[in-house]
Amino acid sequence: MTSIGTGYDLSNSVFSPDGRNFQVEYAMKAVENGGTSIGLKCKDGIVLAVEKIINSKLLVPGKNKRIQTIDRHIGVVYSGLLPDGRHFVNRGRDEAQSFKSIYKTPISVPHLMDRLGIYVQNYTCYNSVRPFGVVSIVGGIDDNGPHLYMIEPSGTCWGYSGAATGKGRQTAKSELEKLNYEELTVREAVKAAAKIIHQAHEDNKDKDYELEISWISLDETKGRHEFIPDDLLEEAKKYAEEEDDEDEDDEEMES
Amino acid sequence: MNHNPLQWGRPSNDTYGQYNHNIANASVREADHQSLDSFPKMNTQQPIITGTSVIALKFKDGIIMAADNLGSYGSLLRFNNIERLIKVGSETIVGVSGDISDLQQIERILDELETTEEVYDNDGGHNLRAPHVHEYLSRVLYNRRSKMNPLWNAIIVGGFNDDKTPFLRYIDLLGVTYGSSTLATGFGSHLAIPLLRQLIPYDVDYVKVTEEEARKAVENSMRVLFYRDARAADKYSVVTIKKSEDDPSSYTFTHEKDLRVQNQSWKFAKDIRGYGSKQQ
Repeated sequence: MTSIGTGYDLSNSVFSPDGRNFQVEYAMKAVENGGTSIGLKCKDGIVLAVEKIINSKLLVPGKNKRIQTIDRHIGVVYSGLLPDGRHFVNRGRDEAQSFKSIYKTPISVPHLMDRLGIYVQNYTCYNSVRPFGVVSIVGGIDDNGPHLYMIEPSGTCWGYSGAATGKGRQTAKSELEKLNYEELTVREAVKAAAKIIHQAHEDNKDKDYELEISWISLDETKGRHEFIPDDLLEEAKKYAEEEDDEDEDDEEMES
Repeated sequence: MNHNPLQWGRPSNDTYGQYNHNIANASVREADHQSLDSFPKMNTQQPIITGTSVIALKFKDGIIMAADNLGSYGSLLRFNNIERLIKVGSETIVGVSGDISDLQQIERILDELETTEEVYDNDGGHNLRAPHVHEYLSRVLYNRRSKMNPLWNAIIVGGFNDDKTPFLRYIDLLGVTYGSSTLATGFGSHLAIPLLRQLIPYDVDYVKVTEEEARKAVENSMRVLFYRDARAADKYSVVTIKKSEDDPSSYTFTHEKDLRVQNQSWKFAKDIRGYGSKQQ
């Protein structure tokens, strides 16, 4: 690493002579080792999925959820330092609640992202704090339809059709690029998400993982952020594992 | 030297004479200033837009609650589209009578409660049930009355206990609470309770009552209330929550809106001067 010994990597809020903030870049490194998280924006809603790495066999299966809810209509998933993510979510909840208590209407997704972007960016401006060690994918439905955003430790906050972060993000991104988001429905996207997480896990095969998927759709969940039903999750898992074998055959046929 | 910091930097009285405070207060009218100062701090003294009775009763495997859709401004029937039965969580109903602006405040309080207890990370069976909602509301109302600034309402909370028995309990603006198998607020406690108690004479008797009987008693009470309570309307909502027939561990929640008081009889009115449009 070029920065070693130059001293510009020790403090937040200090630029290196070539204009970089190393603390923010190191925060990204923390994210790059976390379990893969993805988000998909479909024509009728949002699907969020995460590869939850199981560090101990003693953890209760199906508990310790990683996908969280900010408000009824907004969900979050993140990769990186989990306590940082939980703090981020708490801030999101406070913002959503305060918006509602002032304006008596649920916060819109872009507005929430503006506020959270400012909040995260603030943690790059002072040497008494460190940046957030998470990249969060936030999805929701409001009056203007579905929205999907990804927010980074720098405070960068962009809208996406498909977003991926964590260890398997490269694999996931290249898979996400193959989907047609104009036509995709949430039901299809649930299966696609299961498959992408399964593929992204290939790089990290020595560890077990649990698949967590949530969705928001006007038809399926009345615009609320919820975990998908158990039977649909089982179906998606099955699909992901089947496709795994067929994929190789397909590629051979194409070539 | 004057050691009071608040006096520092001011022209000293010794040199310039007593400061004339009227100069700085020039824009405040003398009389109003006086009367405002002498008047104590005021909170809500009376409700403005009001909703009348809420009635509710238990039956064998659930509860039923009704309230009309009227918002009165004194004796003026000002609004006829006020929904006063609020759903909280999946199996609880809160019926509110009294001040409508306070009803709206309670609606927001309950929405926030539902968000923190049901929406955030609820991954294990601890649902928000009627007893919790009731206890919470009773604390809110008691706190407000202790600040001499009450939420001007009488409220009935209906739902189920943790052991799946029906729950019905009352709270009012003073923080008073009580429970019964038949409940009503306001005028309803005079007019409807006797009718409902014909069906359920003792609290434990609700287990003998079917949904149909309960429903009939509610419809009858709403009719009598419409006849006799000048602040009642004939358009009302009914909520029924009962154990599902196919799966007793879950509940079915039905919220019927825009119901009308049926089988009205106004025959008596034809001989009374002042009823109806005909000049006599």
